[in-house]
Amino acid sequence: MSLEIQDSEFDIVIAALQPNLTTFFEAWRPFFSRFHIIVVKDPDLAEELQIPTGFDVKVYTKSDMGVLGATSIDFSGHSCRYFGYLVSRKKYVISIDDNCLPAKDNGGLIVDAVSQHMSNLKTPATPFFFNTLYDPFRKGADFVRGYPFSLREGVECMLSCGLWLHNADYDPMTHVVKRNQRNTTYVDAVMTVPIGAIMPVSGINVAFNREVLGPVMFPALRLRKDGKHRWDTLEDIWNGLCAKVVCDRLGYGVKTGLPYVIRSDAEAGKALESLKEWEGVKVMDDVLPFFQSVKLSTTATTVEDCVKELASIVKEKLGPQNAIFAKAADAMEEWAKLWESHGAQSS
Amino acid sequence: MATTVTAPSPSVPSTPLLKDELDIVIPTIRNLDFLEMWRPFFQPYHLIIVQDGDPTKTIKVPEGFDYELYNRNDINRILGPKASCISFKDSACRCFGYMVSKKKYVFTIDDDCFVAKDPSGKDINALEQHIKNLLSPSTPFFFNTLYDPYREGADFVRGYPFSLREGAKTAVSHGLWLNIPDYDAPTQMVKPRERNTRYVDAVMTVPKGTLFPMCGMNLAFDRELIGPAMYFGLMGDGQPIGRYDDMWAGWCMKVICDHLSLGVKTGLPYLWHSKASNPFVNLKKEYKGIFWQEDIIPFFQNATIPKECDTVQKCYIALSEQVREKLGKIDPYFIKLADAMVTWIEAWDELNPSTAAVENGKA
Repeated sequence: MSLEIQDSEFDIVIAALQPNLTTFFEAWRPFFSRFHIIVVKDPDLAEELQIPTGFDVKVYTKSDMGVLGATSIDFSGHSCRYFGYLVSRKKYVISIDDNCLPAKDNGGLIVDAVSQHMSNLKTPATPFFFNTLYDPFRKGADFVRGYPFSLREGVECMLSCGLWLHNADYDPMTHVVKRNQRNTTYVDAVMTVPIGAIMPVSGINVAFNREVLGPVMFPALRLRKDGKHRWDTLEDIWNGLCAKVVCDRLGYGVKTGLPYVIRSDAEAGKALESLKEWEGVKVMDDVLPFFQSVKLSTTATTVEDCVKELASIVKEKLGPQNAIFAKAADAMEEWAKLWESHGAQSS
Repeated sequence: MATTVTAPSPSVPSTPLLKDELDIVIPTIRNLDFLEMWRPFFQPYHLIIVQDGDPTKTIKVPEGFDYELYNRNDINRILGPKASCISFKDSACRCFGYMVSKKKYVFTIDDDCFVAKDPSGKDINALEQHIKNLLSPSTPFFFNTLYDPYREGADFVRGYPFSLREGAKTAVSHGLWLNIPDYDAPTQMVKPRERNTRYVDAVMTVPKGTLFPMCGMNLAFDRELIGPAMYFGLMGDGQPIGRYDDMWAGWCMKVICDHLSLGVKTGLPYLWHSKASNPFVNLKKEYKGIFWQEDIIPFFQNATIPKECDTVQKCYIALSEQVREKLGKIDPYFIKLADAMVTWIEAWDELNPSTAAVENGKA
């Protein structure tokens, strides 16, 4: 069931939270140069962006965001990348944080994260039963004994979640407590996240089918003190939870694991500062039970339907617990409108 | 009491040895030569050998191992009429070893499995890894994208709720195999040369609500937490099916673990699986299973255990009733199997009287 996917069907979307992207682009050049690239500049970033030549790149800035008209969606900080998702006209998007470089695998070879994401999206996902040898479509692997044959076709993978070596994606408390810990374990596996299972999707290194999943790939949940560090945000986590619930409802797959990127350090001292007013410590405790039990109706047969239904359930069940959830529900509905008017096109 | 070890061995563990708390259960019909390679790791432990097949044959146990050995005559003598639930001419008979063990933990391994090497070339102490897996919590309620958060060098990722970071008790540790992978007969026939050469350096929790094919070749579990659920079914001689023993146990076990909020881990350790069994023989054994599993899987996916079932035994009996009612329609074999499941629990409680009345986990 492997799909034929062309390079021309991909956009690489980069959120620029720092002005000098030279090192970033030079390191990724061998893997990015054949793709169209969308760079979205954080509207709060004042300096001019520095991007080396030789790339097919389009830069979007705060003024470009004006095309959306008045909107309640806040595209500042890490959320600026979602503007890129809106304006992309490709079927697939790959997005990597601007402080991440290509990693090396266990054999010392540089990992082409772009190709790995493409491979994850091209080959089926297997959400209905867990394969103990992980991705059965990978070379040298297969379904194990006891795996029902009727489930071996798999379903289309809509979301590919990669990982990070060196500076792992931890919350600020863990950064402070384990300031010297670095992720050095390269786990050579891709696997499907089973149906009914949920996980925190990190936006640092993702790829997805924009055509299908676009309406659910939104920056909806913002902490009151949403900052420039990844640990100040939860918008991707929320996005991922919504996307997984929708994928489960519609029979789409989500994969996690390879590819790795290598993520540079942020100053640990900043994590301590973020802890002062960090709302995130309690938010997920409310969010998780909600997502564990939410059930979308069988009449929701498209991603748009699912998002609309999910937004209203969020408003009803989570809204009363914390204003940020009511705002998230509004943002989800707003995104659905924006997607309809600006996003839902492919070339 | 757990003890730490400082004896010379290829990997000096700082993990407790648990030598008085863990039994190694090995089913065999041929010989136990493979134990020589495992000696550095297994010698401190008590072995329970379950000899399948001809009870008049003498299985030689290498010198220096502390063991008890049971053949079919012993099984019949000990269980009397209840021996009917223990398979003959199938490695499913190993679960007799689980029943007679007096220890908290069991590690079971096949006699064609050897010590593997990790990517650095070091011998893998599979038992030590299983112990690490069992002694550290599982995370069944939310998948941690960096896999086992309790592993050195790892942690819970951003977005993981703090209220879940204590984890759940780990009931089962499911290891993997390098070299000959555990494929079914059709896959073996189509890919006779495929070898698993990929060392995936991770342990992870199988999420709650997710089923998986549990292989009995390299498996450890907490007998006190889940033992009665580890019945390997009716297979082999006189039965219409084989090579589904561990699968059956795994599905029952997982439904019960989910109900009791216990965790199941899969991944490391690897061992080296050396023998590919004859695929034509395997096909004959698995044949019915390949079709039946299409109904069995949805059965387990939809199985619910009543809230009042707060012990493994109660959960298991409840499950057996559903097997009888729902799967019995597919083939009378399942009615026999449901009966055997009940017999197993009766036999378990008879041989393990102190745990029969104990509440295991929570519903």
